[in-house]
Amino acid sequence: MSCKQASRLASQALDRPLTRRERFAMWLHLSICDPCSQFVAQLRLLRTALQQQLRREEQDESVKLSDSARDTIREKLHQH
Amino acid sequence: MEKILNQTDTPNPNDWLNEHGDYLYRFALTRLRDQHLAEDAVQETLLAAIKSSDSFTGKSSARTWLTGILKHKIIDLMRRAQREQPLYDEDPPEEMSEPGMDEFFDDSNHWTEKPSSLGDPARLMEQQEFWQILQGCLDRLPKNLARLFLLREIEEEDNETICKELEISATNAWVMLYRSRMGLRKCMEMHWLKRTSAERSGM
Repeated sequence: MSCKQASRLASQALDRPLTRRERFAMWLHLSICDPCSQFVAQLRLLRTALQQQLRREEQDESVKLSDSARDTIREKLHQH
Repeated sequence: MEKILNQTDTPNPNDWLNEHGDYLYRFALTRLRDQHLAEDAVQETLLAAIKSSDSFTGKSSARTWLTGILKHKIIDLMRRAQREQPLYDEDPPEEMSEPGMDEFFDDSNHWTEKPSSLGDPARLMEQQEFWQILQGCLDRLPKNLARLFLLREIEEEDNETICKELEISATNAWVMLYRSRMGLRKCMEMHWLKRTSAERSGM
C-alpha cells in the first residue's frame, strides 16, 4: 500500500467501516510508516479541535445579525 | 396569520427574532461560513416557525425548537449551494487521480512533505492563537467542502444520511471529506508550525 492510498483510507475510516482486508493493510502500513501515522494523529486532533472550535464560534456573542439583516427579516415576518 | 399574532399565549415571532436571532445566526454562520446564507437561514427558519407554530408545544424551549427547524434549513441551503456549484459533475474517478491531491504526493505516491506533529493536543487547545489559526484555515477551505466537512465532524450524522440529504454520492462525499482534511492539516502545518518554529528561533 502506498502513502497516498493509506492517507485516503485513513480519511475514509472516519466515514465508513473499513473492510477486514483494508484494516489489515492499513495496520501493516502504519506499523512501518511514521509520516502516515502522524497523518492519522493529525486527523484525530483536528476532529477534536474542530468540535471545540464550533462551540466557541457559536458562543461568541460579539457575532450578531447586522441591523440591516434584522430589519429585512422583521419586515418579512410582518408580511406573514 | 393575524390570529396568531393576536393570541397572547402564542409567542410573537418578533420576540423570537429579538431573543434568539443572534444565536440562530451564529449557529448558521458557524456551519454555512457565509454571512448572507446564514441570514437567509435565519429568515427562512422564522418564517417556517410562524407557519408551524401549532407544533410548538412548549415542551422544549423556543430556542431548541427553532434550532431544530434551522438545522433543516441549513441542509436545504447547503444542497442548493452544492447544486449551483458542484465539485464534480459526476462521480470522481475511483482511482488515484483525484484532482488537487498531486501536490501532496510524488510520482511514487510518497508524501512530498511528511506530515509532522502539531503538538500536544491538550496544550495546543489552551492557546488562543491555535484557535485563530484553525478558524483561518477553516475559512480558507472551499465553502462547499468546509460545509460538508463540518456537518460530518460536528453533527456526527452518519455519512449515508448526509449524502441522502445533500443528494451526493457516498464516493463523492469521501473525496470531498478527504480533500477537506488534507487541506486543513496542510494549512495548520504551514501556519501553526511555522509560527511556533519562528517563535522558538526568536527566543
